[in-house]
Amino acid sequence: MSNKSLLTLVENLTEIKEMPVFKAGDTVTVTYKIREGTKERLQKYSGVVLQRKGRGSTETFTVRKISNNIGVERIFPIASPFIDEVVVNKRGVVRRARIFYLRELRGKKARIKEKRV
Amino acid sequence: MSGIIGKKIGMTSVYDDSGRNIPVTVIEAGPCVVTQIKTKQSDGYEAIQVAFDEKKDKHTTKALKGHFAKAGVSPKKIVREFTRFEVGHQKKVGETLDASIFIEGEYIDVVGTSKGKGFQGVVRRHGFSGVGDQTHGQHNRLRAPGSIGASSWPSRVFKGMRMAGRMGNSRVKMINLQVIKIDKENNLILVKGSIPGANGSYVIVERWS
Repeated sequence: MSNKSLLTLVENLTEIKEMPVFKAGDTVTVTYKIREGTKERLQKYSGVVLQRKGRGSTETFTVRKISNNIGVERIFPIASPFIDEVVVNKRGVVRRARIFYLRELRGKKARIKEKRV
Repeated sequence: MSGIIGKKIGMTSVYDDSGRNIPVTVIEAGPCVVTQIKTKQSDGYEAIQVAFDEKKDKHTTKALKGHFAKAGVSPKKIVREFTRFEVGHQKKVGETLDASIFIEGEYIDVVGTSKGKGFQGVVRRHGFSGVGDQTHGQHNRLRAPGSIGASSWPSRVFKGMRMAGRMGNSRVKMINLQVIKIDKENNLILVKGSIPGANGSYVIVERWS
């Protein structure tokens, strides 16, 4: 077998939870598990998706939000067992796949037009 | 010691039971065949000779064809010798070795040929810091090695002085890499971290214990 097919063979072993389709510009809420000592609890993190990166089991997505006037970004691996649920709150209209320009924008300028379905 | 010849497939990541993401390198380990047993009486030293990866008949020299025919195996691309193979091993010519000789969780060594970097300066090759200053009379010396020796004594440059030159493409051994997973069906072993060489290059995976 070729190198590439052997690698995908290994990557296919990683279980990927079913997720809604979302892309850069969408607003999502990620519920993820936090382990404190032996206890496990759920926490929600919602913000705008800046990018989706990679493919297969190693794919990740970046979510940005403004918390107490400070920009916070979190990168989630799509196959991470700590992700409980991803909910899409809003579909945004953006022209590129990676919207890093959002980092320089604040307040009213940082709004993203919502897609009407 | 026991070992095997393998092929670097590439890197990816897997999750362990506690959910941590672990970077791994996938190695296709075998199946290798034993082509010769060297003994003190006949060869002057003890070793077992192992071969890996199929080769076309037309690409094999007559001498090697004879050698493989004697062992009763098809021509192989890579032939390596392992000295100090497990004490009291019962390996016979024609026997196959595969990924099942390793155990999940144990620590192994991987030997490979690092990627060639071509002719590199001292900053890249030896980690020199170069000249950091923009002023104080500096110009065009940003990545220079500085002085390589003193004056009338010793009147020469010492042997082994670190200078610019060919970098990489040398034998590198990574020691104590953890085996994360073994796929016996496809002869794959997953090793934590990186290993030397490009994807598709041959490596030796060995265990000392």
